[in-house]
Amino acid sequence: MTDAPIVPDFGDDDEDRKISFVCSKGSLDMAYPGLIMASGALELGIETHIFFTFWGMDMINKKTMGSLKFSPVGNPATHMPAALAPFPGMTTMATHQMKKQLDDLDIPDIPTFLEHLQDMGCHLWACKMSVDMFDLTEDDMIDGLDGVLNVGEFMEIIEGAQTMFI
Amino acid sequence: MPVTTIGGKEVHVDDEGFLTEYDEWDEELAKELAASIGISELTDDHWKTITFLRSDFKEQGETATLRRVSAVGGIPTKSLFQLFPKKPARKMSYVSGLPKPAGCI
Repeated sequence: MTDAPIVPDFGDDDEDRKISFVCSKGSLDMAYPGLIMASGALELGIETHIFFTFWGMDMINKKTMGSLKFSPVGNPATHMPAALAPFPGMTTMATHQMKKQLDDLDIPDIPTFLEHLQDMGCHLWACKMSVDMFDLTEDDMIDGLDGVLNVGEFMEIIEGAQTMFI
Repeated sequence: MPVTTIGGKEVHVDDEGFLTEYDEWDEELAKELAASIGISELTDDHWKTITFLRSDFKEQGETATLRRVSAVGGIPTKSLFQLFPKKPARKMSYVSGLPKPAGCI
C-alpha cells in the first residue's frame, strides 16, 4: 500500500488575494512597517498596492527618500527622559542608531527597499492632492511610479483589497 | 515527524511537507520535489538558486530570504518570481529541501 506523498499546498489555485497599504508618514520608523508588510505579501503572491499620501510622500520623493529621520521627541518607547529628547543632535543620533540596527539585520535603506518591492511587482501610487500640495512633478518622484491617483481612482483600484493605513 | 515517500525515497517532512533533514536531499529528489509542485524542468538558473540556498543554509543555519538570494546570491528577485512562480520564497525552499525562510525580508 502506498500513501500519497505529503506535498505542501502552496495555494496557487486559491482565489487571488489583494492588499493595499496607505503610507502617510515621513519618519524613518514609520516608513518601514508598510514596506516590510508589503514585502511579506508579495512573497506570498498577493497583489500589493501602496498609496503614498501626505508626509508619506517623503518616502518616494527622490530628494528625501534616502534621508528620512527618526525623532525621539514625543516617543516614550525610546525610554529616553522626555526633557532630553528635544536637545540639538538627538534626532541625528537616534536616526544613526536606528539605521545601524536595521543594517545589522540586513534590512535595506528605503530607496533600495522600494526597488526590491518593485522587482516583486509591487504597485506604487502617489496621492494627487499631496502631489499638488507639495508642488511635485513625476520627475521628483521615484522611477517606475505606477501613477498619480485621486482618492476615487485609488478606491477603484483597491476594490476587494484588505487595506492598512499607516 | 511524518515520513513520506517521494520518487521512491523515504524522507522526513514537517506537517506541511517541507523536508526536515538536510542530508536526505539530493539532486534527483529536487527534480521530484519540483515536479510535485508544478515545476516540470529545473533549468540552470533553478540550480544556481538551489545551490546558493543549500550552501547558505549550511553556513547561516537558516534559509535565505528573497532579498538575500538577490543581494548575496546575485539572482535578481524578478527572476525568482519566474523560476518559482507566485510564492518564490516558499517554493525555492521546498525544492531545495530546506525550511521556509524565517526572516521577514
